Amino acid sequence: MTWLLLSIVIAATVASDLLQSYEMKRVEDTSVDARGLANLLKTIVHRRYLILSIACLAVSFFSFMALVQTAPLSFAVPASAGSFIVETVLAKMVLKERVGLRRASGALVVLGGIVLLAR
Amino acid sequence: MSGATRAGRTLSLLAAFVVLRAFGNLALAFGTKQFPEVLAANPLAYLRAMLSPFVAMGVGMLILAMLLRMVVLGIADLSFVLPLTAIGYVFAALLGRFILHEQVSPQRWIGTVLIFIGVALVGSTPQNTTALAADDEVELQ
Repeated sequence: MTWLLLSIVIAATVASDLLQSYEMKRVEDTSVDARGLANLLKTIVHRRYLILSIACLAVSFFSFMALVQTAPLSFAVPASAGSFIVETVLAKMVLKERVGLRRASGALVVLGGIVLLAR
Repeated sequence: MSGATRAGRTLSLLAAFVVLRAFGNLALAFGTKQFPEVLAANPLAYLRAMLSPFVAMGVGMLILAMLLRMVVLGIADLSFVLPLTAIGYVFAALLGRFILHEQVSPQRWIGTVLIFIGVALVGSTPQNTTALAADDEVELQ
C-alpha cells in the first residue's frame, strides 16, 4: 500500500509539473511577484492545461495525505523526491529539454537514496 | 532596492518556505495518524479529516508555503531555489525522528542525505536549455 500510494504521489506530481511547465512556457511575461498574484490567477483560468495541472496537484496532495497517515514522515517526504528521477527522464523525452551530466547524475543519486530508504 | 537587501529578502522568504513546509508536513502527519479512519479507503474521510485541527493547520501551512514558493520563484531562479530548499528532506527526517519518535535506521539517514544531494544537483543545472545551447554541459543521448 505504501509503495502504491508513493507511486501515485510521484506520478501525479510529475504530471502536474510537466503540464505546468508546458503551459507556462507559452504564457507571455510569467514573472510572478506579490503584485502579480492577481495576474497569475487570471492566467490560470484561461489555461486549461494549468487547470489539469492543478487537478494533478490535488491528486498528489491527497495521496500524500494517505501516505503520511500510514508511512513514517521520515520516509514519505524524502521518498517523494522520486519525482525528480521521473521528471528528468520525461523532461528529456517529452519536453525535449537537454539533460546535462549534472542533472542526470543528480537523478541517479536520488535513486540511490530511495533504494536505501526502502531497506 | 539594493542588491544586498534583495538577496536578504529572498533568503528570508526561502527560509520561511522551508520551515512552513516542514512543519506543515509534520502537522499533517501528526493529524492524519491520529485520525481514526483510513484515508486511502474512503474519499469522504478526507473531508472529515480536514476538519481535525492538526490536519487543517497542516493544510493551511502547506498552502501558504506553496504561495511563498511562487513569490520566491518570481524573484529568484529555480536553480537557486531548489538546491537550498532540498534541505527540507533532511528536516522531514529529523522532525519524524525527534517529534514523531519514528525509527530511522542508519541506511535511511544515508538515503535521506543522498536524496538531499541529488535534488540539489538536479536543481543546480542551467535553466531554459530548450532555448540556449548549454555550453558547459554534455548532452546525453
